[in-house]
Amino acid sequence: MAWMAWTLPTAAFFGTIAALLVIFTVLAIKYPETPRLGVLRFETTRGDRLFITLLGSGFINLIWLATMGAPLWGALALCLAYAFAVFRWV
Amino acid sequence: MDKTQNNKAWFLVLPVLVLVAFSAVLPLMTVVNYSVQDTFGNNEFFWAGLDWFDEMLHSDRMWDALGKQALFSAIILAIEVPLGIFVALNMPKRGFWASFCLVVMALPLLIPFNVVGTIWQIFGRVDIGLLGHTLAALGIDYNYTSDALDAWATLIVMDVWHWTSLVALLAYAGLQSIPEAYYQAAKIDQASRWAVFRYIELPKMQGVLLIAVLLRFMDSFMIYTEPFVVTGGGPGNATTFLSIDLVKMAIGQFDLGPAAAFSLMYFLVILLISWVFYTVMTNLDKAEGK
Repeated sequence: MAWMAWTLPTAAFFGTIAALLVIFTVLAIKYPETPRLGVLRFETTRGDRLFITLLGSGFINLIWLATMGAPLWGALALCLAYAFAVFRWV
Repeated sequence: MDKTQNNKAWFLVLPVLVLVAFSAVLPLMTVVNYSVQDTFGNNEFFWAGLDWFDEMLHSDRMWDALGKQALFSAIILAIEVPLGIFVALNMPKRGFWASFCLVVMALPLLIPFNVVGTIWQIFGRVDIGLLGHTLAALGIDYNYTSDALDAWATLIVMDVWHWTSLVALLAYAGLQSIPEAYYQAAKIDQASRWAVFRYIELPKMQGVLLIAVLLRFMDSFMIYTEPFVVTGGGPGNATTFLSIDLVKMAIGQFDLGPAAAFSLMYFLVILLISWVFYTVMTNLDKAEGK
């Protein structure tokens, strides 16, 4: 795996995403759900909301880096708030 | 109509998933790893943190390339979609000529990208190319190697030539699926040609047109081979689209870190747009099913 040039932070990043995917798969099997209509006026499932959260978080981090610069702790807090909002209302 | 939902079917896509993991997911993960490090070769890497992202977010060169890329996609979509619909509307519906048209329309789609580039590179040359020579004979000062506008025009015409067929074929398939009864009803109501198009044909083509726009957007947004063969990104940097610039940066200058950082931003933009299209398409499907 040396050619992939792994680092601890990137491993943690992918580990978190993999863990989220596993958790949501288990949730989907244990507690099946029906899609719901949120503020965006289209049906979403938990998986959709996770995707919207991750994609949006990518942009939040980039915008934070472009405007405020590193470190990104503020962006992380913003992402958590965004994730909460997505899971609550979307 | 409700579609059957059976999650066991996902196992059938497992082989594809494994293949995609090797050809796309692992390389993508490697790009993420590169984007936070610096290297001078020899497979030795040094931690750079967010520096490359910071640098790229404030890089005029990359924003300029992204702008050119977006402009190119917007122009070819604005030409290819209406033109494709127009061609599809005028294609014969059945018989020998319908098959003939379909085969002729499919021809440009079968030509590999680099061959299309080579064809147009020669076609446009003033000294030996049919197009360039004809334009010169007509007294038009055309030279895609030295004039930015000419280079852009050549690339756009080339893309329209190469890909309008795809839009036309998809739109044609959409048109063929409209039952004759709709047209008969329109005739009884004495609907105008425009009304037939606006209220029967266009709504019925909506789904396939969305797919056409999505395919054309994604392909044109990551276009590399054709402009690379025809203009090589020139004159100057006039046609250096994003993927050409990224390859220059990653392989030409061996700046893997910055190129990886910008690739990831590029990826996020494409992911966002594709997701929007996907969401609109699936919701259209549901709305039609109700």
